[in-house]
Amino acid sequence: MAAVLTPDTPGAERRYRRHAGLVRVTHWINVVCFTLLLMSGLQIFNAHPALYVGERSDFDHPTLSILARPSEHGIVGETVILGHSFDTTGVLGASREAGQISPRAFPSWITIPSYQDLATGRRWHFFFAWLLVPNGLAYLAWGFASRHIGRDLLPRRAALRHVGREVLDHLRLRFPRGEAAKRYNVLQQLAYLLVVFGLFPLMVLTGLTMSPGIDSAVPQLLTLFGGRQTARLIHFAAASGLVLFVIVHLVMVLVSGVWNNLRSMITGWYDLGKPGATDAR
Amino acid sequence: MRGNRLYRRDLLKALAALGGLAVSGCDRLSIERHTRSVLDAANGLTYRAQRLLIGADRLAPEYGEADISPVFRANGSTDPQDEAYRDLAGNQFTDWRLKVDGLVEQELSLSLEELRALPARTQITRHDCVEGWSGIGKWTGVPLSEILSRASVRPEARFVVFHCADALDDGGGFWVDPESIRYYESIDLIDAAHPQTILAYDMNDKPLTVPHGAPLRLRLERQLGYKMAKYLMRIELVRSFADLHGGRGGYWEDRGYEWYAGI
Repeated sequence: MAAVLTPDTPGAERRYRRHAGLVRVTHWINVVCFTLLLMSGLQIFNAHPALYVGERSDFDHPTLSILARPSEHGIVGETVILGHSFDTTGVLGASREAGQISPRAFPSWITIPSYQDLATGRRWHFFFAWLLVPNGLAYLAWGFASRHIGRDLLPRRAALRHVGREVLDHLRLRFPRGEAAKRYNVLQQLAYLLVVFGLFPLMVLTGLTMSPGIDSAVPQLLTLFGGRQTARLIHFAAASGLVLFVIVHLVMVLVSGVWNNLRSMITGWYDLGKPGATDAR
Repeated sequence: MRGNRLYRRDLLKALAALGGLAVSGCDRLSIERHTRSVLDAANGLTYRAQRLLIGADRLAPEYGEADISPVFRANGSTDPQDEAYRDLAGNQFTDWRLKVDGLVEQELSLSLEELRALPARTQITRHDCVEGWSGIGKWTGVPLSEILSRASVRPEARFVVFHCADALDDGGGFWVDPESIRYYESIDLIDAAHPQTILAYDMNDKPLTVPHGAPLRLRLERQLGYKMAKYLMRIELVRSFADLHGGRGGYWEDRGYEWYAGI
């Protein structure tokens, strides 16, 4: 993040080039890939809406299942997690499709395509998986070469000691202004590190583990993840983790100045506020 | 700040509208022919990447007796209603014969007994259904390469096609020709030569049952379940799929699934 400041005269706004071109381009490609991968992934999940531990499926004891069952009031959606059952009619298990409640694990408005079609869901999924990986590798290659990752993402030891206060500040919706806004804060750093080096690699590797072809080339993946069905479960869990991250990320973007954040992610320029501004709002 | 809040509401509305557009747009795009061919490019890439990475002979993982699924789910066709097939099943398949023809020097017609007399291979492998579940079973059968070497494949042949006894649709309505709903599959000669590609007649040390594809089914361990045709009747060596049913190389392929199912 090169600091480029406009003349620092009193009253002038200070514009700061916050995001490099490559970060912005890979970020938005990632937004498209992740959205389509998630929605087509839920379509694929709907073909067999149950998760298991191990190499094979124990149909009687899924770790999680999202199913529909008939009741006297019509079809009821039921989500079972580790033997605990929840009525999720309308959202999970049974939801409205073309005007009437139909059995389907994830509702039609969140799957690609909206109707049940595993073959087409797989097409979308694998296409954007092929796009996601080179995009991520480009980010990583540039991130290491330009020392963006070491400089901007790795938290300093001193900063780690202030995690508690950072959490409190975030909960009070107090965000750094001025000079302090030039750097990611320690919570951002930890979250981005988890996503870049944890969740995304986990998505890709567990996805590959589900391929019988890849399993013959790299059987170690099965050992690493504890079997093909566990890999499928981790794939689903890591996707849920990414969804959680995106929700928090979007909330943070909204509450910490949506236009400033969006502008900096599109044009690169971030407005640091008037000189001398504090974090008071 | 009031202004900001208004902006936020507009932004949320815009995002919701975009989301709606994306969903209906993706449906329309999914059906559109051009999009499908673009999306298909990824499958071509997957096939080439896996061929490059895996090579011809890497074995699929094999498991132990203790890993075998207590109940192995049978899906797709589980009880073919084809009259000729039912007659064969009624007679414990004593009159059944596997035909091998097409681009071969030597056409074959083999009984179950003749197949069982050929060199055999037993493997305990994982079966991955395209839907997402897995089962583990023990399969015994003749390596396909044994059959193909006996038939002497002609050099112009590129694919092995498996013709089956079962038909998945009921034959009414749109599909009027019973042959167009007959299950069939195809693989290339690389997978046909793979040591784990066998024509299985035993499952878990017993003759195959009807739900699992009696009397003979394909095991193709580095690909998904729908490639492993059950109720085999005839093996045909061909140069292309052009003259076969929907022209895409298999029953499910004609209905939108990838021909290469290594993923």
